Amino acid sequence: MIASPSRRSRGNLAWQAATRIPAALLVAFILLPVVALIFGTSAGGFMAGLRHPLVGPALRLSVFTTICSLTAIVVLGTPLAWLLARSRGRLLRWTELAIQLPIVLPPAVAGVALLFAFGRRGLLGAWLDRIGVHVPFTTAAVILAEVFVAAPFFIQGAVASFERLDQNLVRVARTLGASPARVFFRVALPLCAPGLARGAAVSWARALGEFGATLMFAGNMSGRTQTLPLAIYTALESDLRAAQALSIVLVAVAFGLLWAVHGSGAQFAGVRSREGGETVERA
Amino acid sequence: MLAVELQARIGTLDIEVDLAVSEGPLVLAGPNGSGKTSLLLLILGLLAPDRGRVAIGSDVLFDSSRGIDLPPEERGLGYVPQDYALFPHLNVRENVAFGLESQRTAAPDVDRRRRVERLLEEMEIASLSHREPRLLSGGEKQRVALARALAPQPRALLLDEPLAALDVSARRQVRVFLAKYLAGLQIPAIVVTHNAADAIALGTQMAILEQGKLVQRGTYAQMKAQPQTPFVAELMGSFPTKT
Repeated sequence: MIASPSRRSRGNLAWQAATRIPAALLVAFILLPVVALIFGTSAGGFMAGLRHPLVGPALRLSVFTTICSLTAIVVLGTPLAWLLARSRGRLLRWTELAIQLPIVLPPAVAGVALLFAFGRRGLLGAWLDRIGVHVPFTTAAVILAEVFVAAPFFIQGAVASFERLDQNLVRVARTLGASPARVFFRVALPLCAPGLARGAAVSWARALGEFGATLMFAGNMSGRTQTLPLAIYTALESDLRAAQALSIVLVAVAFGLLWAVHGSGAQFAGVRSREGGETVERA
Repeated sequence: MLAVELQARIGTLDIEVDLAVSEGPLVLAGPNGSGKTSLLLLILGLLAPDRGRVAIGSDVLFDSSRGIDLPPEERGLGYVPQDYALFPHLNVRENVAFGLESQRTAAPDVDRRRRVERLLEEMEIASLSHREPRLLSGGEKQRVALARALAPQPRALLLDEPLAALDVSARRQVRVFLAKYLAGLQIPAIVVTHNAADAIALGTQMAILEQGKLVQRGTYAQMKAQPQTPFVAELMGSFPTKT
């Protein structure tokens, strides 16, 4: 049976409506809160919100702790990602799966688990307690919570980036006298740097937004463990403008990261695109 | 003299090869999937053989009975893979210099520089020395890959399908250049190809690999006169008549 043109176009119309209306609804739903957040304030209100006494310490603490956690994640995570990307062994396959656990784990559970590990009577904490190290409810706990929840995002990105590396480049480098270490630093790292940077950006965003695990494991003490998300939570009860201003700051950061992550793609071959330059002597 | 005697199981293919290559190029031909590339990787130390021995002159690179297994970076073998695998983040000169920078014996910078310059001249790529690999033509890429493999003065050279990535017009020209260059080379070389015209152009000594085993070895004329397998007969039959 052949549908008449009018029936066919009616069918098309119905299909278009059936796809576009739900799509538009979801986009509107996701954008509405962000729009409401930004348009619900004035420049003056925003500035006043930023001057709230909660803001300064929380901003400083968030910058400090995320720099520490991101450094730990990159320094420890890059070798792990390299191993995971290059091995097909069963143990490492399981490791790759296990390391992604924090992505699906509820943050509150992560907080409780960290307490059981590092708390005064915890698995490692009891031993740490004996040598006088107390982790929970300190700035160190904030950093540990951030590493725990954010590391998998970097590892995922880094493994994917290393796996995309052309194996022939690695092979040729070896035949040219390069040790495995030199292959890593001179071939793999420069070529995978954009992918690693994208993984680090996503990981940093996750660390910056960390709330649940931090609250349970590190508490909510201004200047010591009160990061930006916790300050927003606290300000919600006292000064809505401060909560709003901080939220706008975090939205701006998030947008910046999204742009950096997606706007910096497609440059694999152009890691270094300058013409000329004498680097032969560099031995 | 490059002496290779290897047994290995790669995937579902059993490779068992006994091959000696003296100075000058040996063309290694065979159908797709016969283990040509795997054999090169085994010789280079990039794949692990089950048993056997690889030696250059009196230097043993691999010997399973004596537990010798030099890593690829210590074998001193030059390698040009099928797609050339130029380092995309390095320019032409840096690509060629890569192997010299890796060498442990720290030759003076001046000597290295001179060697790079000479190779760039020899391969007619001096004018491209600052160019990125992605801006090169197929033939240019091949000459850069060849210069890069030769820079650390390898003791043998292994080329995998050196002409396969080229289009027809570039192919003839590069073939002539490569044949001339390989003929003048003072080290053993293995050139893998499955193309009949390339095989005859690139060397007079030939070996045929089928299903991981060497089925025939000899000159082009010998093989044409007495092909040992249907594949060899077909390969020889498809040759253009020599003028």
